[in-house]
Amino acid sequence: MKTMLNIALPKGRLGEKVYSIFEKAGFPCPSIKENNRKLIFENEELALRYFWVKPSDVAIYVERGAADIGVAGKDILLEYEPDIYELLDLNLGKCRMAVAAKADFRDNPQKTLRVATKFTNIAKNYYTSLGRDIDIIHLNGSIEIAPILGLSDVIVDIVETGTTLKENNLTVRETIVPISARLISNKASFKFKNEQIEQVMEKLISEVEND
Amino acid sequence: MDINNFVLRNDEKAIFALRSLYEKYGYSQFKMSKFEEYDLYVRNKDFLVSDNIITFTDTSGKLMALKPDVTLSIIKNSDDKDSLKKVYYNENVYRVSKGSYSFKEIMQVGLECIGDTDEYCIYEVLSLAAESLNSISPDFALDISHLGIISEIIDSLEVSSSEKQELLKCIGDKNTCGITAICGEKGENLKKLTQTYGNTEKVISVLDEIFPYDKPTAVNELISIVSALEKKGYGDKIKIDFSVLNDMNYYSGIVFRGFINGIPTGILSGGQYDNLMKKMKKKSGAIGFAVYLDMLERLNETEKEFDVDSVILYNEATSLSDLRSAVDMLTENGKSVIALKTIPENLKYNQLFKLQEKGALTSENNA
Repeated sequence: MKTMLNIALPKGRLGEKVYSIFEKAGFPCPSIKENNRKLIFENEELALRYFWVKPSDVAIYVERGAADIGVAGKDILLEYEPDIYELLDLNLGKCRMAVAAKADFRDNPQKTLRVATKFTNIAKNYYTSLGRDIDIIHLNGSIEIAPILGLSDVIVDIVETGTTLKENNLTVRETIVPISARLISNKASFKFKNEQIEQVMEKLISEVEND
Repeated sequence: MDINNFVLRNDEKAIFALRSLYEKYGYSQFKMSKFEEYDLYVRNKDFLVSDNIITFTDTSGKLMALKPDVTLSIIKNSDDKDSLKKVYYNENVYRVSKGSYSFKEIMQVGLECIGDTDEYCIYEVLSLAAESLNSISPDFALDISHLGIISEIIDSLEVSSSEKQELLKCIGDKNTCGITAICGEKGENLKKLTQTYGNTEKVISVLDEIFPYDKPTAVNELISIVSALEKKGYGDKIKIDFSVLNDMNYYSGIVFRGFINGIPTGILSGGQYDNLMKKMKKKSGAIGFAVYLDMLERLNETEKEFDVDSVILYNEATSLSDLRSAVDMLTENGKSVIALKTIPENLKYNQLFKLQEKGALTSENNA
């Protein structure tokens, strides 16, 4: 019997899109579509086990080997810098990491820039590369209101369409990096389940290219 | 000394197995103090896995450190006179663990071959790395790369030094999209190299495509060493994988990493560190590796069914000689025994004995 290939998918809209690509590529697991609260689904015939986890946790499951492969946003990979292989860009969930500020904000380089963000590591690396002195304010949500209330000068956050920013009277000032969903693999699993993982990878590549 | 195999933990077994393996090939143990002058690490900060070091001032006012690494100390103490020095060590090192940001004591076994290193030395160290993994678990993988091949290709791309750093990260992550993003069409060869994973046969055909005319010496070095290892009988366990990267400021030439099925991270890491030797003003070359034993406790987790085979319950009235002879009787039969007045709540045992008056033992059924 083949050993199970454990696949961590991000819970939510992106995860559903990702699963449908896996399904089209020939790795289905019908029970996943049943509407219930289960988090783990198996297809014994194909030796696959899918599970839903919080999107920001996918990299942790994969890095520590609880999942052999998984799908995580590039934002998560840049923020946590997990020790994994980044095998494929799935071209899904496309957006960008950007700096935004109030439309009338004028940057004064003589002052320390106050940056509110969920992604402290990305923000820190970006401003270090520019040589700019910043004060990081770590927030867990509703980042957009930080500049409005005067908590920060700018924010570093994911921008998809820009609607939320516009509604809060914010504009994108700089794009830090484009973001999309990536297929990642645990380093040890890549050795010991190489055939299975390479097979998934190949089929996904042709699926992504066809799209 | 007769040691029951049950008593030893995985890491302890591994230490004994590895030490006798290294002694067999003429490596001698290098025993050192837990402390080293902090200065040594400041000068070679990037060689260390993390910059965090536990420091303290010793009685003479000198700033000292608890060792985060052993290799630097061995190089410091090596002189250029010896033609070849083969040593192994078995030491604790102190590093910050990634998740918890707190210091951790990690048991590390490793070996170094310092001096006039030739092809045989490299082969021997690699084959000992494979043997080391094999002695821990026969289900292992040893990935080997050659930094000379990577730098050959990167240098031909004419990228800036910051782009080079990004490219190296992409290679280490097998991130081919990242390579295209940085150098576009020109990066095709680097992409091919990054995707290559397999035995010499498979890799030679890729290298032929990348270097159709003159093959750099690095290619021949890598192929000759790896095919020698494949002939030794590790064929399917040894793979060439160019994503194995160590810091190029210190390492050059062959680098490698070892994995055991069941452990999510690499447990063996090593390579040729001629550049580090140069930085430390030594003339000779060097190659070595370290095995991290802290992850082994996760391997083959079989829960013991019982904490102890038998419990002897006694009370105040029991005489010492009665209790002693009862304990002796059971241990002589090869059982583990704990003598107690009351049984702790969570103790799991197989058999319960009560010591009656006049020393008689009665067996009771396990509750």
